Amino acid sequence: MALHDDALNVSRRAFLKTVSASSVAAGVIGVGESEAQTGPAPIGPGEVSVQLSIDGQARTLKVEPRVTLLDAMRERLNLTAQKRVCDRGSCGACTVLVDGKSAYACSILAIQMQGKSIRTVASLAQGTVLHPVQQAFCDHDGLMCGFCTPGFVMSAVALLESNPSPTPAQARAALDGNICRCGTYPRVLEAVLNTKGVRRG
Amino acid sequence: MKAFAYVNAANQQEALAALSTATRGRRLPLAGGTDLLGLMKDYVAEPDVLVNVKNLPAGIAVPAQGLAVIGAAATLTDVADHAALAKTYPALTDAARGVGTPQIRNVGTVGGNLMQRPRCWYFRNEEFHCLKKGGARCFAVEGENQYHAIFGDGPCHIVHPSSLAPPLIAYNARIKVAGPQGEREIEAGTFFLMPDRNMFGETVLEPTELVTEVVIPTPRNVSAATYEVKFKQSHDWSIVTASVALRMSGGGGGVVESARVVLGAVAPVPWRSLPAEQMLKGKRVDEAVAWQAAEAALADARPMSGNGYKVQVAKTALRRAIMKATGAKVV
Repeated sequence: MALHDDALNVSRRAFLKTVSASSVAAGVIGVGESEAQTGPAPIGPGEVSVQLSIDGQARTLKVEPRVTLLDAMRERLNLTAQKRVCDRGSCGACTVLVDGKSAYACSILAIQMQGKSIRTVASLAQGTVLHPVQQAFCDHDGLMCGFCTPGFVMSAVALLESNPSPTPAQARAALDGNICRCGTYPRVLEAVLNTKGVRRG
Repeated sequence: MKAFAYVNAANQQEALAALSTATRGRRLPLAGGTDLLGLMKDYVAEPDVLVNVKNLPAGIAVPAQGLAVIGAAATLTDVADHAALAKTYPALTDAARGVGTPQIRNVGTVGGNLMQRPRCWYFRNEEFHCLKKGGARCFAVEGENQYHAIFGDGPCHIVHPSSLAPPLIAYNARIKVAGPQGEREIEAGTFFLMPDRNMFGETVLEPTELVTEVVIPTPRNVSAATYEVKFKQSHDWSIVTASVALRMSGGGGGVVESARVVLGAVAPVPWRSLPAEQMLKGKRVDEAVAWQAAEAALADARPMSGNGYKVQVAKTALRRAIMKATGAKVV
C-alpha cells in the first residue's frame, strides 16, 4: 500500500523539508491566525531538530520523527545504558524514567520527549559509589547475564522514589513490566526489598 | 516503520485542525503510542502524518454531586491511582490497574485504551491480508483462534481489547468526541461497532474526530465490580473481563433494582448481556443467582474450534464479578 507509492512520498518529503524550518520557528513563537484554523504545519518526515534532557544533560540532535527515544539514545547519542531487546514494549530492558515515571524507551518517540526529564541507569552511580539500588543488586546477587538489569534497576528506582518501603506485593507489581530470561526474579525482589536509603524523588 | 511527518498540536483546537483533512489510516492521532507504534513497526499502520494529542485534556474530576469527567489524555496510572475515582468507580480503577505493566500504564491514555486496535495475531501480522485489512477472509476461522470471539458470528472474529470499556459501559458513561462539526456525546454502549458496521475500525469515531473526555454519571445505590481473567497475572490482555453494575432498590434488603452486565474480550465489541441483566433484576443476589446470571449470559455463546474454554471462563468471571459487586470476598 503506502510502501509502494514511493513517487508520492518523495515529492511530499521534498515539499515538507522546505517548509519544516519555518514551521519549527512558528511553533516557538506561537500560533499565527492562519494556523489557528489549519493547525501547525507538519514537520518531517526527514530529520528534524529535537532537544532532549537525558541524565541532566541537554542534548540537541537531528532525527526523523519516527525514531524512538531508545534508538535516538543508542544509535545517535551513543548512550547505551538502556538495552534494546524486544523493541515492542514487552521486555522492559529499555526502561527509562520520564519525569520520574517508568516508561519503555522503545515505545515512545524521541520527538515526543522534548521538555521532559529522562533518566537512565547511567545517571545513578556517583563516581565509584553505586546507587543504593545498584548496590543491593550486587549484594543480593540480583543478576546473571545482566542484560535486563538496567531496566529492572530503573523500575526499582521509580518504585522506591515514590514508596521507599514497599511490601513484597507492591514490589512485585512495580517490577511487572520487566522480564529476566535468566530467571533471577527471587534475587531481584530480595534486592529491591532490602534497598535502603533511596531518597523520595 | 514507514517515515511520517509529525504535528505537535499544542491543544485540542490545533489537534482537530491538523486532523481536519484526515482520511482513514493516513493521518492519525498519537497519544501514548503504546499500541500505535507497535502497529507501525509491523507495517500494519502506515500513516503519513501523526498528530500529537497528548496535550488534550488530561484532568480527572470527581465532584460529590454530578458527573465525573476524565480527560482523554489522562494516563491509565492517573486513573488507577485516583483515590476519589477508586472510591466511587471501583470497577473502573480496578480495570485500569489490570492494564499491561507500570511502564504501559504510565504512558498509555484513556483515549488510547478505547481506540486501541485489536490484538488478533492475524490482524497484527503484516503477512495476513485479513478482512480488517481489506482482504477476503478471516484467518481465525480455520486457524488459531483460542483468543478470538465467542459472540458475534463474524465475519471478523476479533475481540475488543479495551479494559476500560466494559466498566464504562456498566456505569453508563458517555464518550465525548470533538470534530470539525463540533462536539458530540456518545453512550459508551453505542460507541463501539461490530465488524459489519465498521470493518476498518472498531468505533463510530470518524478519522477527523478525537475522543476528548469520558463522562460518567454518579452511581446512586450502585455496587459495581470488574473481574478479569488472564493467562498471566500481569502484562497480558484479558481472556475475559466481566464488569457489572448493580443498582440496589431503595428499600434495602439487597434486592437488585436493575443491573448492567458487560463482558470484555468475548466479542468484536464490549458485549452487553441483557439476559444476565434480566436474570439479576428483582433478585437478592447470592451464589446461586450469580450462577444463573452467568449461565444466561453465555447461553448464546458460539465458540470457534479452539476457544470453547472461554465460555466456561466467562461464566466464572461473571459470577465472580457479581459476587465481588455484592461485597463478597472473591479470589
